[in-house]
Amino acid sequence: MFHALSDRTRRDILRRVLVGEQSVTHLAAKYDMSFAAVQKHVAVLESAGLLTKRRHGREQLASGDVGAIRSVASMLDELEEIWRGRVARIEALFIEEN
Amino acid sequence: MPVTDITKDVENRTLTITAEFTAPVERVWGLYEDPRQLERVWGPPEFPATFVNHQLRPGSRSTYFMSSPEGEKFAGYWDITGVESPSRFTFDDGFAHEDFTPDTDLPVSQNVYAFVASSSGTRAVFTSTYASADALQRVLDMGMEEGARSAINQIDAFLARG
Repeated sequence: MFHALSDRTRRDILRRVLVGEQSVTHLAAKYDMSFAAVQKHVAVLESAGLLTKRRHGREQLASGDVGAIRSVASMLDELEEIWRGRVARIEALFIEEN
Repeated sequence: MPVTDITKDVENRTLTITAEFTAPVERVWGLYEDPRQLERVWGPPEFPATFVNHQLRPGSRSTYFMSSPEGEKFAGYWDITGVESPSRFTFDDGFAHEDFTPDTDLPVSQNVYAFVASSSGTRAVFTSTYASADALQRVLDMGMEEGARSAINQIDAFLARG
């Protein structure tokens, strides 16, 4: 996974596909390199399990894999972590002023 | 340990956090009334929040944005639906476009924040409910995206140091 993330272009591609599904053609247009080169970067991300691809007509659509099969329970676990941080910051603020 | 209880209602997609604070109820309420204090606690240090508009009044819309380490902004809003000072307020929390108009494609959560006096100071109960599993997923995906960005930027910084 570190190898997949060790390249600036790949990190940039991952940022874009985490926001939403993008066609590889659309992605390739964002970079000053050949379509084949971008496609290769996408393939590296895919084999690292960070990105998934599907075909739609002639287009290849790529999206960041943020764990679509997670259950609601595990989603609530994540929210819990956010809340624990928030509650700790609130208490820290009160302690700081006393 | 300020968090004393966590209840996850999977069926109703509701998370209830109970916390004990050492400050009295009026002080805790004061934090939620003051946008400058609120923004100190709302976002994690790497994603600080800035409240542009915030008043605890029914019918009022609060607007805020969170800034990523890269300087990108993620806007949100609270529609305040009920206020019973200093014990309870309710609001809908949603995502917004850059100009703070609500992004209706993204989910809205319903929230109830309640405060009662306790032996340690204040017992706070924070309840957040999401309309659907999909809504909850989308909220977390955005959080994941932020987390991933954060991690990616750390790698960026690490590699830049050579």
